[in-house]
Amino acid sequence: MHLSPLTRRRYAQFKANRRGYYSLWIFLFLFVTTLFSEFIANDKPLIVKHDDHYYFPIFKEYPETTFGGEFETETSYRDPFVQKLITSKGWMLFPLIPYSYNTVNYNLPVPAPAPPSRENWLGTDDQGRDVLARLMYGFRISVLFGLTLTLFSSLIGVTAGAVQGYFGGLTDLLFQRFIEIWSGMPVLYLLIILASLVQPNFWWLLSLMLMFSWMSLVGVVRAEFLRARNLDYVKAARALGLSTPRILVRHLLPNAMVATLTFMPFILNGSITTLTSLDFLGFGLPLGSPSLGEMLNQGKNNLHAPWLGITAFMVLATMLTLLIFVGEAVRDAFDPRKTTV
Amino acid sequence: MTSPLLSVENLSVHFHQEHHIVEAVKSISFSLNPHETVALVGESGSGKSVTALSILKLLPYPKAFHPHGQVYFEGRDLQKLTERELLDIRGNKISMIFQEPMTSLNPLHTVEKQITEVLYIHKGFTGTAARRRCIEVLEMAGFKDGKARLQAYPHQLSGGQRQRVMIAMALACEPKILIADEPTTALDVTIQARLLDLLKDLQRQLGMAMLLITHDLGIVRKMADRLVVMKDGHMVEAGETQKVFAKPKAAYTRNLMNSFPTGEGVPVDPEAPVLLKTEHLNVKFGIREGLLRRKMGDIQAVDHVNLQLKQGHTLGIVGESGSGKTTLAMAILRLERSQGKIWFNGGNIQDFSRKRLRPLRREMQVVFQDPYGSLSPRMSVSQIIAEGLEIHKIGATQSERDAYVVQALKEVGLDPKARNRYPHEFSGGQRQRIAIARAIVLKPKLIVLDEPTSALDRTVQLDIIDLLRKLQTTHKLSYLFISHDLAVVRALSHEVLVMKAGKIVERGSAHSIFTSPQDLYTKALIKAAFDLEVAPREKPKKSSPKKSAQ
Repeated sequence: MHLSPLTRRRYAQFKANRRGYYSLWIFLFLFVTTLFSEFIANDKPLIVKHDDHYYFPIFKEYPETTFGGEFETETSYRDPFVQKLITSKGWMLFPLIPYSYNTVNYNLPVPAPAPPSRENWLGTDDQGRDVLARLMYGFRISVLFGLTLTLFSSLIGVTAGAVQGYFGGLTDLLFQRFIEIWSGMPVLYLLIILASLVQPNFWWLLSLMLMFSWMSLVGVVRAEFLRARNLDYVKAARALGLSTPRILVRHLLPNAMVATLTFMPFILNGSITTLTSLDFLGFGLPLGSPSLGEMLNQGKNNLHAPWLGITAFMVLATMLTLLIFVGEAVRDAFDPRKTTV
Repeated sequence: MTSPLLSVENLSVHFHQEHHIVEAVKSISFSLNPHETVALVGESGSGKSVTALSILKLLPYPKAFHPHGQVYFEGRDLQKLTERELLDIRGNKISMIFQEPMTSLNPLHTVEKQITEVLYIHKGFTGTAARRRCIEVLEMAGFKDGKARLQAYPHQLSGGQRQRVMIAMALACEPKILIADEPTTALDVTIQARLLDLLKDLQRQLGMAMLLITHDLGIVRKMADRLVVMKDGHMVEAGETQKVFAKPKAAYTRNLMNSFPTGEGVPVDPEAPVLLKTEHLNVKFGIREGLLRRKMGDIQAVDHVNLQLKQGHTLGIVGESGSGKTTLAMAILRLERSQGKIWFNGGNIQDFSRKRLRPLRREMQVVFQDPYGSLSPRMSVSQIIAEGLEIHKIGATQSERDAYVVQALKEVGLDPKARNRYPHEFSGGQRQRIAIARAIVLKPKLIVLDEPTSALDRTVQLDIIDLLRKLQTTHKLSYLFISHDLAVVRALSHEVLVMKAGKIVERGSAHSIFTSPQDLYTKALIKAAFDLEVAPREKPKKSSPKKSAQ
């Protein structure tokens, strides 16, 4: 792969921050693993061999009649009757954790929530669902929500800040007043109102949060642009004949990037925390969705089952810490004054 | 012989850096007698300011530390004093004036408040006594009507006036020693000459000793009884000013003394065609006041300027700050709105649209004063230089452009291997070379040089001037050279314009302007620049109009 010396330097700078570098690998490992949660924690087998045919239930729904059962509905592979049908004429291979996030384990020896056991490694929640499976799916949705929200709010925030800072004057004045009014809106109430109108899903929540989260970057980006637009190198760029958009992107944006990148891990963490707290309060993702906030809420309601609260807390704390460490390393990589390498 | 007032013995100053120790000052010794002026001379980074700051223990301790050495003031070792005892000395017995008058006064306090604060702390003056003393020192510092200035805020004063306020503050308690750290470097030449005279007068009146820190040997010669030459933290030479100037012992001192720019512009063809011409060029800035920012009037920053520059020639524009030189240059580059005609290469570019102007940008380039602000800190040197190539579609491939960059860097005397580093890794002089490389890589016809040497040390200035001369001959470049430093202008220009308050007061060939100036203002400038003297019977200077747009 061809890398420019600059990129190589930045990469070296990033690597020099050992903590951030390893955090990134740990985080990527967790993230990629949970992206494939369906193959790790699922109540459907990976492969079924029945009557010399191979079936892949994760990709395709098979009615029970395929395996000689009675119902036309999708096969319930955890049903002992169905299991007997399949194993009599072949075999099937379950994933490592034979539960999905919404699979209820009806064979619990104790009333739910059940403590950790060989069957449910982190125990079950108060509805008999496997905690580890819910954790994996919940982690995935939290990170995806956080990343998407951060990406969009940074895009909008940086653009808005850049326009305000570069053009200044009346544009800046009007925009600033608008932001002051807009930031006065009570976000939580709007969410509660929304929850009463529609069943909020991932995208509803994302767009509503986006309407308010873009403002956090405007201030820093605007300040950078205001400061830099009168500097000599911007004048020199104009003397070279650069067009305004190009000056904005090439000469001013890189200056605002460090401020943006420094803020980004906090925005990312903020987004994840927001989703978690909405779920905790019950205004978040629809009922039954895997979510860390919902698990925290269960931990609160079931203090006699400490594995619920402790697990959710540990996962949240680890995820947020890893992201902050990575963010620090990214910031170092873009800092030209840093000379550790 | 009486014992010296201040004596510095084997003083070293070191700084803790992340992984190592920086030795800023290495074993310096000198002494200062009452009524005497000693100059610490050296280029930037030679440790002269650090030495001065360590006398009053104003360095960031404990990051800075003194491995050995003592500073004795009136027989007491300053380093052994407690912080409380030092407070009594600072500003009272030993005062200091700093280089930058723009930032060394608190912008939120009136002049009176800042001066009476010193008086209150050290002398316990309050009320009318303090005010009376305040007016007295302001008048001592050269304000005609001290009373009228009491309520002024720093932003209402010009640079020279602020420095006078600083002097008044420093003198309020009649200190025994005045430490002046480059007191006039940031000021115009005529103001510099007047301030130096003032300092000398006050020294005589009050019987102070003065420690003068400067890089300018002209000032040393005029002011100092003895001098100490410093280089890289070492003391290179010390002695009486007269003797050192007559017979410098160290090679470095000789080098410093020879670093006064001399010579004239490179030989040129007097019949060369005209490249640039302006007719009645005007730039106005609106003054807006009040809550609604209504337009109250105009400031004429450039007033009916006609100029003409021939191919391959250098046109020097001189004037003090606020005279409109830079605004004129920006207007010619069409970076500032103006009225009037600008003929460049046969076309009136005043009427050109942005789009039509773009290809012409290649022909006219600019180099700015501040080598630290004119290079984008987040782009590598090769990106900075190659940018113009990309815009103007010179060089088809990346490697072709890279070859142009390498060639430009070689031409300005930099190692092409360094092209992937960031600007902050280079010194001021090297950065200015990069800025020049950015301009010449486009093979322009005209380069506007806006004080390209003013922020640099004298020896570095000489290198840059040599480089500019060399490039002018090899590429047949035309320079529009703006500077307040007349020595540098003389070394490069063929023709010279003198500007004052937006108007051209005198014009002519460089030779005639420098040998037989006609206008009073030009005479004053030349006298101040070359002899550091205040010209006789000068008209009182009108307060220069502030540029509101900046």
